[in-house]
Amino acid sequence: MGDFLVWVVWILAAAGCLGSALAVISFTNPFFSALALIGNLGSLAVLFLLASAEFVAAAQVLVYAGAVMVMFLFVIAYLGDRTEGPVTGGPSWVSLGALVVAAALLVEIVVVIGLAAGDGLADEAKVERSFGSPSEIGRLFLTDHLLAFEITSIVLLVAAVGGVVLGTRSRAEDEEELARARP
Amino acid sequence: MQGPDISWYLVVSAIMFAIGAAGVLLRRSPLIVLLSLEIMLNAANLSLIAFARLHGDQDGQVFALAVMAVAAAEVVVGLGLIVAIARRRLDLDVDRLRVLRG
Repeated sequence: MGDFLVWVVWILAAAGCLGSALAVISFTNPFFSALALIGNLGSLAVLFLLASAEFVAAAQVLVYAGAVMVMFLFVIAYLGDRTEGPVTGGPSWVSLGALVVAAALLVEIVVVIGLAAGDGLADEAKVERSFGSPSEIGRLFLTDHLLAFEITSIVLLVAAVGGVVLGTRSRAEDEEELARARP
Repeated sequence: MQGPDISWYLVVSAIMFAIGAAGVLLRRSPLIVLLSLEIMLNAANLSLIAFARLHGDQDGQVFALAVMAVAAAEVVVGLGLIVAIARRRLDLDVDRLRVLRG
């Protein structure tokens, strides 16, 4: 019975994942696309939970669906109403080529994984209940992966500085704005 | 392990990655391209987590968290660029943005 319930939840989450991913790339309004991505991240978090990655699932919901997507929605609101469809304008062979490339990529991934790991995928390792818990992940970050942890902090710092640099107005822009405001 | 085995997770991950790639190639609004990039990064994360579960090794989950941090950094810089482009009143269309000049 428990197994059946896990299957039901898994199928719902996977369908939500794929459906909302399709919705992201097919909505014309970027606001709806961003909302669909939040749904995608949420159902992905459910898949993470089922693969016993509790801490990553929590971080996914908090960091991605919370912080990153709010930033996205703010920028979309700042830019105002700009709609653009997946197939508007442009020669259709470009979009056809894009779809062919994406399908080729899918086939390639499936073939490579099937060839490389085909038989080994059925028997998972036995894991303890604490697998993927915050304490385990935290211990790994502060022992085995300390360097990666510190480098991540530097990457985030550089990105924050870059965001500020990109976001500040230059003096030339200010003067241009003033010149435009004057009759 | 209850429920589907790892290959099902990998199938979902591969399809999601292909959808994201299709979005990056099809759409011309840089905002949607960024959103599609997020889908691709998350598909890779799903693979990492599935393989971590397969091998019973939590290093994959640590790597997935590092990917999330890099994705957050990428979003900050990407959105900063988009706002800068919009403020210079250029077209928000990746086909027309050809020069990296102000």
